[in-house]
Amino acid sequence: MEKNEVPQQAAKAYLGRRKALYAVGEGGNYEIVPSAGWEAEEIVLDQAIDEFARLAREAHSAAKAGQGSALAYHMYSRRMDPVLLADVAGFWGWQVRRHLRPGAFARLSPRKKARYAEALNLDVRILDTLPEEP
Amino acid sequence: MSDSEIPFEHRQNAHCESGVVSRLLTQAGLPISEPMAFGVGAGLTYAYLPFVKFGGLPLFAFRVPPKGIVRGVSRRLKVRFRSETFGDADAGMAALDRHLDQGRLVGVQTNVFWLPYFPPDMRFHFNAHNLLVYGRRGREYLVSDPVMDIPTTISAEDLKKARSAKGTLAPKNLLYYPERVPSPGEVDWHKAVHSSLKFTAGMMLYTPIPLIGVRGIRMAARAVRKLPTRDLRYVRLYLGHMVRMQEEIGTGGAGFRFMFACFLQEAARRLGEPELEQCGKELTAAGDQWRQFGLEAAKMCKDRLPLDTRALSERLMAIADTEKKVFRGMRALA
Repeated sequence: MEKNEVPQQAAKAYLGRRKALYAVGEGGNYEIVPSAGWEAEEIVLDQAIDEFARLAREAHSAAKAGQGSALAYHMYSRRMDPVLLADVAGFWGWQVRRHLRPGAFARLSPRKKARYAEALNLDVRILDTLPEEP
Repeated sequence: MSDSEIPFEHRQNAHCESGVVSRLLTQAGLPISEPMAFGVGAGLTYAYLPFVKFGGLPLFAFRVPPKGIVRGVSRRLKVRFRSETFGDADAGMAALDRHLDQGRLVGVQTNVFWLPYFPPDMRFHFNAHNLLVYGRRGREYLVSDPVMDIPTTISAEDLKKARSAKGTLAPKNLLYYPERVPSPGEVDWHKAVHSSLKFTAGMMLYTPIPLIGVRGIRMAARAVRKLPTRDLRYVRLYLGHMVRMQEEIGTGGAGFRFMFACFLQEAARRLGEPELEQCGKELTAAGDQWRQFGLEAAKMCKDRLPLDTRALSERLMAIADTEKKVFRGMRALA
């Protein structure tokens, strides 16, 4: 990549930050060049964030309708999935999937809830509740 | 606890681990650029690991696993790094304080999601992010994050959370620093560079597992071709994930190729071996191909280009061909 090809498509995700890339400058010499963002990167970043937002929205309405636990919403809004949450909170995958159901979650002991709260860096009381808007 | 600040100049790098290693060694009296640290550390590779899942999607890696660069640099430059991990987060913070009190610059491993100074849209659960801590002011730590353009600060609570994160590649409150560093004159650069080239080319060409190196690229190409065209949402997520692993997580596939090419250029000049620079030019071309692939795949995710997994697969096969030539050449020079 030549220095003048380093993409400068100001990505909103960067918040005005710059990323450093190695590119070929004058005389064929490599140098470090700041980049303000790149279309390809922005597309896939948006996609990943939208996917978590979509899952959080769906979990939010499911929980409101009594078909899912608030845990599902908090998990996705922390950009986690059941596999990762199981790993972080020290549960088995099937346990987490069970706790994503409202009944099983409501019956959890305070200790187990505290493990989830710690994994998600949330107050235990918040873990049981849903915000008005997802 | 008193305030402390180690005299130190922040620099932005392209990648966290090679950046941290370069800054730590430079600070300890062995000036070394980031590409040189990455190159001598033999950081370049390719791996497609379908059984390691991130959000249900496979791992595509363009560099050696975390800590690989530290290991490679230690071996080839005869540096001794000391790493300390802690089961207890508070013990990890106390150890960090002790090192800072002794005026020691240290690298720590963190989870990106818990670093508040990252732009929110770039915070994902990635556990192997390295950064430098160079001081403390009250309850705040002074941080030089190699991928950031400016030095920053982080609260003790946040740093603790980020260092003690759990999950795949958990940092376990790791901190590390060079314990013994040779003087620049003691380093046998010729040997270090050639050993790394031999290792890197060998890994790319002859790893017995077909998921690593050039064969790994071909395997990924076949996986892309076989994506279920009926489930378009999945295909888009898969491709997006692939590009994200290529361009977002760490420095990016192309970025690593460019950095290694920069290393080859620096090595060529240092050792007076212009053929290395030529090899770097070919690797740069491979990096350009990776970027082309990334751009096309990303556009297909957004329907800015018609979705065509066959074409993408062929692009990957072409990259494999280019890289095979590059690393064969590299092997011959090593």
